[in-house]
Amino acid sequence: MPFNLLVLACFLYVAFLFTVAFLVERRADRRRLGWLRSPLVYTLSLSIYCTAWTFYGAVGYAARSGLEFLTIYFGPTLVFVGWWWLLRKLVRIGRQHHVTSVADLISSRYGKSNTLGVIVTMLAVVAATPYIALQLQSVVLSFGVFASAAPDGSRPLEAGQIAVWVAVGLALFTILFGTRNLDAREQHHGIVTAIAVEAVVKLVALLAVGSFVVWGIAGGVADVIARIDAADLAAWQVQPGRWTGLILLSAAAVITLPRMFQVMVVENEDEGHLARASWAFPLYLLGMSLFIVPIAVVGLERMPAGANPDMFVLTLPLAEGQAALAMLAFLGGFSSATSMVIVESIALATMISNHVMIPLWLRLRPGAAEEDDLRSVVLMARRLAIAAVLALGYGYYQLSGGSAALASIGLIAFLGVAQVLPAMLGGIFWRGATRTGAILGLVTGLTVWAYTSFLPSFGPGAVLPETVFADGLFGLGWLRPHALFGTQAMDPIIHALFWSMALNVLAFCLGSLFTFPGPVERLQGAAFVNIFEGAVGPQRWARGRAEPEALLGMAQRILGEETALSLFQSAARAQGKEVFLPDPTPAFLDQLEARLSGSVGAATAHAMISQLVGRATVTVEDLMAVASESAQILEYSARLEAREAELTRTAGALREANEKLTQLSLQKDAFLSQISHELRTPMTSIRAFSEILTEGDLPAEAVMRYGRIIHDEAKRLTRLLDDLLDLSVLENGAVQLNLGLASLQGMIDTALTAARQTRPDRDFQVVRDLPAEAIYLRTDADRLTQVFINLISNARKYCDAPRAELRIVVLQRSGRVTVDFIDNGKGIPKESQALIFEKFARLTDANRAGGAGLGLAICREIMTNLGGSVAYLPGQRGAAFRVTVPLRLERLAA
Amino acid sequence: MAQHVLLIEDEPNIAEAIRFLLTRDGLRVSHAAEGAAALVLLRQDPPDLVILDHMLPGMSGLEVLTAVRADPESRNLPVMMLTARGRDREMAEAAGADRFMTKPFSNAEIIAEVRTMLGQPRQAP
Repeated sequence: MPFNLLVLACFLYVAFLFTVAFLVERRADRRRLGWLRSPLVYTLSLSIYCTAWTFYGAVGYAARSGLEFLTIYFGPTLVFVGWWWLLRKLVRIGRQHHVTSVADLISSRYGKSNTLGVIVTMLAVVAATPYIALQLQSVVLSFGVFASAAPDGSRPLEAGQIAVWVAVGLALFTILFGTRNLDAREQHHGIVTAIAVEAVVKLVALLAVGSFVVWGIAGGVADVIARIDAADLAAWQVQPGRWTGLILLSAAAVITLPRMFQVMVVENEDEGHLARASWAFPLYLLGMSLFIVPIAVVGLERMPAGANPDMFVLTLPLAEGQAALAMLAFLGGFSSATSMVIVESIALATMISNHVMIPLWLRLRPGAAEEDDLRSVVLMARRLAIAAVLALGYGYYQLSGGSAALASIGLIAFLGVAQVLPAMLGGIFWRGATRTGAILGLVTGLTVWAYTSFLPSFGPGAVLPETVFADGLFGLGWLRPHALFGTQAMDPIIHALFWSMALNVLAFCLGSLFTFPGPVERLQGAAFVNIFEGAVGPQRWARGRAEPEALLGMAQRILGEETALSLFQSAARAQGKEVFLPDPTPAFLDQLEARLSGSVGAATAHAMISQLVGRATVTVEDLMAVASESAQILEYSARLEAREAELTRTAGALREANEKLTQLSLQKDAFLSQISHELRTPMTSIRAFSEILTEGDLPAEAVMRYGRIIHDEAKRLTRLLDDLLDLSVLENGAVQLNLGLASLQGMIDTALTAARQTRPDRDFQVVRDLPAEAIYLRTDADRLTQVFINLISNARKYCDAPRAELRIVVLQRSGRVTVDFIDNGKGIPKESQALIFEKFARLTDANRAGGAGLGLAICREIMTNLGGSVAYLPGQRGAAFRVTVPLRLERLAA
Repeated sequence: MAQHVLLIEDEPNIAEAIRFLLTRDGLRVSHAAEGAAALVLLRQDPPDLVILDHMLPGMSGLEVLTAVRADPESRNLPVMMLTARGRDREMAEAAGADRFMTKPFSNAEIIAEVRTMLGQPRQAP
């Protein structure tokens, strides 16, 4: 088969995956996922457990070690069938606590400790790098098989080049679809669906090759069984110790592998999907293992001695002249490798950015949390991390020279990530597990694993000198990497498994027994262990110390402006408030933290909120709730708590209402004396000059001048009366609306021109987005323009920035249009924001001269009549007003 | 020499009317539209009487009055306050205003008041 055709097929296949991922993301954006969120897709996505190592390597494994390859499938099967409840607990915890990765789970459980997050991240990166290298190698090898089969024997591409292109391509794909947004739960529908497609391709490929071998080369099932009997592989025996070890190992790995955790917990849409997966995923594994032995046996028979059994899946069809079948097999292997690398690098990048890069960045720039747009920083961190992970994988592949040493790395990587298991299981089942214990266990396990398994895998003399292998570290015989404490006769991997896990568990248990958990840890522990009881909530924040404005500012920088605003607004509405900002109640802070942790991880979210709120306090009630096991007490206290929360809220609402009333009564007095002032001032001039005029005996130009003054002041008086009448008509709802279609842009143009009369001397910069303004509204254009004029004039009047600037931002969503007027002045102090829309409410006390203070009151009434609203928009740099109007105002049945 | 009145009033039309009335009555009138400038004028060219509006931009009329009374030079200077609001009278008297006029006033009234005040300077307590 021409080599170029192969490359073309690869490209087409990748383009196809791109299309799938893209279309699914598009549907996800429109919230029309439908069947794409089915348990089937979930189950298929779990198949990234089967990497290229299992796709190609299983046959080689069978050819070399007989049925032992089955242990790799037995482990997960046991977990999914037998330990279903464990997975369900993990998934529930993951969903409830917005867990973004294994590292996040561990860090969140042990008091949101970032140290633990960093340790787990490190472990995961170290263990995964060789594994990624292994995938690159498999792609290179499979290309090699085709290249050497080419008739002219020429190699169009060097192995290294192929590896580079594959790595770069995968990095691009992952960055494109893996870091599109900081979704609250880190879900990537496009990628998951692409993975599911790849899962089908690899299963079909392997089954096709198997069927060809059984019915195409051999003479059917019976013949194949005879051949297997005849092969000297029949003497394969089961080594109970090694088998048990390997089954345990793969069982542990399927829970702790970062990529498995990603698809199983983080990407999980619905707990119910797990029920289907619990039998469907083992079936998939069965399908994958069905033809492994026949392919191995027939391959050993047919292929020349010395042929690499790892490549039988490809070389057998090629040798039989089945080019198309070989191509299918190649795509199957390609799928296995790419899907693993994509998901693994997303999982690792999430860990690296959330636990290493962002905390570091926040520490290096302490003020950054208040200034920068964290979203783009997090996304950039994640992209860099993805590139770094793939670069590491490629680097490792180059360093190890693509040697056979890589083949054994699969189990070693399994063992590495399995070190997380004690801390994870202890964390979700044992309340006594502490942070110190988890750190000790992880570090011990990591060290022993590195010493007995990972470092020796480079070969004697590569990292560890040969003397260490022969005589032990520092010449201590009991410290030999493959014979710790003199345990010589063990198989190396079993030896490493036994010692690393034993010492890990021991350190974890001892550390936990001898230390006390901190308050946050205690609460998180109870929340994780008793996740199904749901009695104990997450830890509490102290009430009231945070400024809602500051919280909003921070949330905007992580979640984006609109999302954060709507989150705050709905929370405020839930508390029964009409303004944008909710009270910083403990419940709201918990909700906010959960939302943020979905984007930046529990530890970082906790730290960021702590910065604004002060330390989270654990109340006596919280500790009581944890300590007392009696369901009654818990229920009772929960009820009390609910009632107390309600009372607090009612009291808050009453206090607010009272404050408003008091202020309103003051306002009413001020209103009357204000009207008096506004009326008396023009009257004074009119009276004085009319008396002067009646006395006569004045030069003609003085008469002219005084007449004009009287006229002007009379006009001013009329205007004031008009405003008052306008307001009273609007308030009584007796206003006649003149509805029609009008261009928003036109209205803003008119308003800007008219408002120029206010302080015409000022140089005022106006920033607009003309395309966004190209909207036609059905409304009363004159009235709406009147509101715009008022807001713009206010900005011209009161914006105190030296280089005054007004931004007009137009947004359209679901039948409503919002127009924001944001200036760059000092803004309006919080205590006044609720009052500015009242009549005659002028902010600097009444002595400040200017208009009568009816403008905003009129605006509010107009907007109510137009079916919309005008509100002060907090959290911007300057004063900001948001006008909301319906796109089409229907005439109200009057 | 003509007696000197300092008029502190931000509404230009009202200021013009009062200035016209007092000038026609043979008084010398200087005018300031806000408090800070008025205090400077007060020191540079001490008047015999101050007419002070209650609602001023920046420093309020009451603040200006307090500053006038705090200065030993002008402690006994007669001050007439103008207001357009009913309830300001008490505060103005507490701050040391001698007379008080509510807008709108009749021309004859204000001229009579000014003459009275200039004829009977405030007695030292």
